[in-house]
Amino acid sequence: MPLELIDDPSLGSDKREGLWTLNFGPQHPATHTTLRLVLQLDGEMVIDAEPDIGFLHSGFEKLGEVLDFNQYVTIVDRMNYISPLANEIAWHHSVEKLLGIELTPRCKYIRTIFAELMRIHDHLLCTGTCVLDLGGATAFMYAFNEREAIYEICERASGQRFHTSYTRVGGLLYDVTDDWVDMVKKYCKNFPKAFRDFEGLVMKNRIFVERTRDVGVLSKEDAIAGGATGPVARASGVVRDLRRDEPYLAYDELDFDVCASQGGDCYARFQVRMMEMLESIKIIEQAIDKLPSGPIYASGTGKETIPDKREVYRSIEGLIHHFEGIMPNRQMASPKDSVYAATESPNGELGYYIVGDGSFRAYRARTRPPSLLHFSLFARMMRGCMLSDVVAVLGSINIIAAELDR
Amino acid sequence: MSNQPSTNKAVPGSTTQMESTKASLVAALPGIELTWSVFCSQDRVVFPAGSLMKVLQAFKAAGFDQLTDLTAVDLLEYGSASDRFEIVYCLLNVDSGLRLIAKTHLSEPDLTIPSATQVWFGADWLEREVYDMYGIIFDGHPNFKRLLLPQEFQSFPLRKDYPVKGRGERHNFPVVTRAES
Repeated sequence: MPLELIDDPSLGSDKREGLWTLNFGPQHPATHTTLRLVLQLDGEMVIDAEPDIGFLHSGFEKLGEVLDFNQYVTIVDRMNYISPLANEIAWHHSVEKLLGIELTPRCKYIRTIFAELMRIHDHLLCTGTCVLDLGGATAFMYAFNEREAIYEICERASGQRFHTSYTRVGGLLYDVTDDWVDMVKKYCKNFPKAFRDFEGLVMKNRIFVERTRDVGVLSKEDAIAGGATGPVARASGVVRDLRRDEPYLAYDELDFDVCASQGGDCYARFQVRMMEMLESIKIIEQAIDKLPSGPIYASGTGKETIPDKREVYRSIEGLIHHFEGIMPNRQMASPKDSVYAATESPNGELGYYIVGDGSFRAYRARTRPPSLLHFSLFARMMRGCMLSDVVAVLGSINIIAAELDR
Repeated sequence: MSNQPSTNKAVPGSTTQMESTKASLVAALPGIELTWSVFCSQDRVVFPAGSLMKVLQAFKAAGFDQLTDLTAVDLLEYGSASDRFEIVYCLLNVDSGLRLIAKTHLSEPDLTIPSATQVWFGADWLEREVYDMYGIIFDGHPNFKRLLLPQEFQSFPLRKDYPVKGRGERHNFPVVTRAES
């Protein structure tokens, strides 16, 4: 452990004596990927924390200016990689807003179901790994067992378990089948029981409660001015959910509650996530019952969207149509304007600011990553906490370094 | 614990709300040229970079209490654009759900604008990232340095004149051995 006495003239002489600096990461089991914290400690109390990020910076936004609207979906997949489909939905939501494409009802419902499955997917891992970091390995296994079933649902729909690249401009890669519907129904039926086991292991675990209650408190004012969104903001009493406040996809036709808490501490954040998982199941159950039939690609808009794969492989017209949607000199034109559109991703407001220049690729594809804004609040949450609380707070704000650094 | 019912659906860019906010902003900023536009039911405003602090403070006073996003666009290859950079502030009124996208333009050689951290402290990392990627300098920022790239990095990679493949910086990184560290 690198120990170093600091000599900071801004601190009073009585205070700076005995302060020491601890380098946390970039490789540490609790960072899960690579991020570094420089902690200033008084004994075991954290006086200040300075995050140092960028270890996973891969120039995603530069690639967004090179790849077209359909190709870039493979890159956004890899941002928040614990809920990949949520990123795809957010990206194409912005693209479709820029291009003015209205989705078909079936496509809207399938995307809604996937968005909610991804919320469960993300919350399970976030909660599971945080408990693992705090010393409870069992709950993590329960969480991963449930995630496995979601991987299978993704695989059935897209052919890929993890980086699905399932959405397309104005549609989806493949339509879903009846056995996929059965899989989702079965999942909704089985989830509550597994959830009760998992919740009991986490929220009623005395060690977990004691290590997360009143730890890493974020006030409502700080949450608003600091740009916190999603479960982190809702745990601090900011009752705002884009699904309710700016309805997109099929959310305005479904009935659900916005989960919020007043605590602002780590425990409240997990409480919100736990409640959201049950709300998600409620949404999926309604959506799967209402799932409309019909095409998945927006039609009547000429060659703007690529056709269904079945048409491409079985008819010459479909193949020509597909070709026109893929060739750069024949693709549709984007308006020479810019748009910001956001969705409620599991982690918070995931927005894309896209500037169109008349081609089928973005002139600028800015990602508004919720992780970045949340991690910038980390120092504020940490002051006055203990060294052992670092992993609890890190886990509770669900930092995904690939999204943080892009 | 509160489970609130689905009420108060704020339509983004809803006209009546936005019109009154617009009117109050215009009244609060006399003599400052504000250009309003709407695209995809999103309200946008362009303001001159010279009066940035005044404008941002007026936005905050008008109820935009969250800076959702702050980013920049390099307009070097963008058709008819006359300025080099566009700085974009995405603002949100958390209570009413009203959004506003505020933009200002900057050109070389003077790429310095005042920092928004005094108004919304959430601008901290966002401004560092814009500096990192575009080289815009935010005057008055409390901890101004690169955010994602190494401190010794020389270029600003999201500028349009920076190649996608890079300029070979990775190969020139100094190799630090265990003995030297």
